[in-house]
Amino acid sequence: MNEDRFRVVLAKIGFDGHDRGLRVVARMLRDAGVEVIYLGLRQTAANVVAVATQEDADAIGLSMHNAGHMTLAPRVVDAVRDAGLDIPVIVGGIIPDQDIGPLKEAGVAAILGPGASADDVVAAIKTAATKSNSS
Amino acid sequence: MSGVPLDAVYGNPPLPGEFPYTRGLHADMYRSRLWTMRMFAGFGTAEDTNARFKEILRSGGTGLSTAFDMPTLMGRDSDHEWSVGEVGRAGVAIDTLADMRDLFADIDLGKVSTSMTINGPANVAMSMYIATAEEHGVERAQLSGTIQNDILKEYQAQKEYIFPPRPSVRLITDLMAFTTAEMPRWHPISISGYHIREAGSNAAQELAFTLGNGFAYVEAAVAAGLDVDTFAPRLSFFFNSHSDFFEEIGKFRAARRIWARWMKERYGAKDERSLKCRFHTQTAGVSLTAQQPEINIARVALQALAAVMGGTQSLHTDSFDEALALPTEEAARIALRTQQIIAHETGVAAVADPLGGSDFVEWMTDEIERRAEEIFAHVDRLGEGSMLEGAYAGIEDGYFVREIADSAYRFEKKVNAGERIIVGVNAFTEGDTSDAQQILRIEADVEDYQLKRLAKAKLERNDDTVRSALASLATAAKDPTINTMPAMIDAARAMATEGEIVATLEGVFGTYVERPVL
Repeated sequence: MNEDRFRVVLAKIGFDGHDRGLRVVARMLRDAGVEVIYLGLRQTAANVVAVATQEDADAIGLSMHNAGHMTLAPRVVDAVRDAGLDIPVIVGGIIPDQDIGPLKEAGVAAILGPGASADDVVAAIKTAATKSNSS
Repeated sequence: MSGVPLDAVYGNPPLPGEFPYTRGLHADMYRSRLWTMRMFAGFGTAEDTNARFKEILRSGGTGLSTAFDMPTLMGRDSDHEWSVGEVGRAGVAIDTLADMRDLFADIDLGKVSTSMTINGPANVAMSMYIATAEEHGVERAQLSGTIQNDILKEYQAQKEYIFPPRPSVRLITDLMAFTTAEMPRWHPISISGYHIREAGSNAAQELAFTLGNGFAYVEAAVAAGLDVDTFAPRLSFFFNSHSDFFEEIGKFRAARRIWARWMKERYGAKDERSLKCRFHTQTAGVSLTAQQPEINIARVALQALAAVMGGTQSLHTDSFDEALALPTEEAARIALRTQQIIAHETGVAAVADPLGGSDFVEWMTDEIERRAEEIFAHVDRLGEGSMLEGAYAGIEDGYFVREIADSAYRFEKKVNAGERIIVGVNAFTEGDTSDAQQILRIEADVEDYQLKRLAKAKLERNDDTVRSALASLATAAKDPTINTMPAMIDAARAMATEGEIVATLEGVFGTYVERPVL
């Protein structure tokens, strides 16, 4: 990971169209000097991983508001692994407490709930990427 | 409560029920008829939601409102590869007429008014609903209710579009023409600011984008050959009620005044009913917090009170657990009881427009109107004198999306900086209280069960009938002078799936893809 060109791919997987949170996070990250590759809506795991590879991204951020996270987030984690990438997948959105443990077990690096501040978001993504890189 | 005798209204003309309706659509407002307490519900399979509907009616709800799952809202069947993990999660799964049949089983469609919140594939859902009513022996002319069917705000805010804007608007004018001729009690569109606000706009933007879209639909229907006074009385609106009490009330009052003036002056409407901005209101889901979720009950009560003081025709109150998941039955009941307390205990329904004449409320109404007019002028310029073309142009160049995202970001920065207090989030926090909240869980077996239902429906139908119905639909879609509704109803009766009907239309109209601009 190179500090001065920290890059994050942001996307929503599947049908979920709630993009307010992802857009706000994208701008927060940009204000914090992070390079954001904003894919937006209706992405597939394969597409997100292809872009992450091509753009040499340091992390992938997914936003989920449709209760589909238990199916869709692990799918992206698996696709990252299958592509031989060593970058964290971070999930934000509406994730009930009882799903946090299983999502982490499935390989999601961090989960950001409602109310996470701009600093929380930036810190969580950078910490996850640093850990991933040093492991 | 003390027996002080009250007049129906206080103050000077124009009074409630008088043009431009700033003070309300009816002279007596809630004295003669309370607002409709319409609670939005939907999850799991059609049978699950049918049971919730019956509970709502049992506990005093006076209308039904259907939430569909994401695959249904996007026009895809439950067995589509993208539907995995989303079937029945955020609403009810509807694939064929068999599902619609079970959704409304044992509910008297001739008596209960029903709202369906669906946009891209609205006409498909409408066709299945009409076919279900026929099976109940209820004439379509008897059906009363609303289908959201507001596609412009999908490109602007909610993002549940399927086809490109122009053919989508054509489908809307098809339904407007169809209901105008055959379903006089039905609202073929609910022009919605709710989602624009949830996506991050401020109050004036919500109002202006919504009414602007309304003007666009009026222009589209007139261009399709309808006389304004034949369809305008059945247009309806849907607004958000957020936390800034007086700003919201000013917004509702300004909405009525602007609509009345524009319809009369710009669109030449003569029927008084064409001038009346009838609206449903829902409290602001986005204002609810996952932290200390029980305090959301207070937020919802205040937002609901603003909607009532603003003169809404119907109201949905959010449940306090909605920042966490779909509401539990208990949470939904508390939300409905909140409306009943406002209606029956507070006395606010006893006088029409009790805040009218307050210098501050009147000033706020004028100010919101002034800000909305500035936005209309911009959209009108984009469209070179046409609000419909202005809407298309603003979608095309990202104007609406950008404006909404800017407002959302400004709001978030204020919260982050502590300039705006959100109780329980950036002030008055309770530390890291984990949510012991009971939430509604949709079990994974819902998906398997729905896939079996879909397979069964496909097995039992006559595939030749389906093919020929879809071919007729494609023919109608290709010719803008043919209304697509009759062919779509035939396809629904033949048990064509929603996904098949949508794919047929996509074959003619194409598929919309948003440019991912920040």
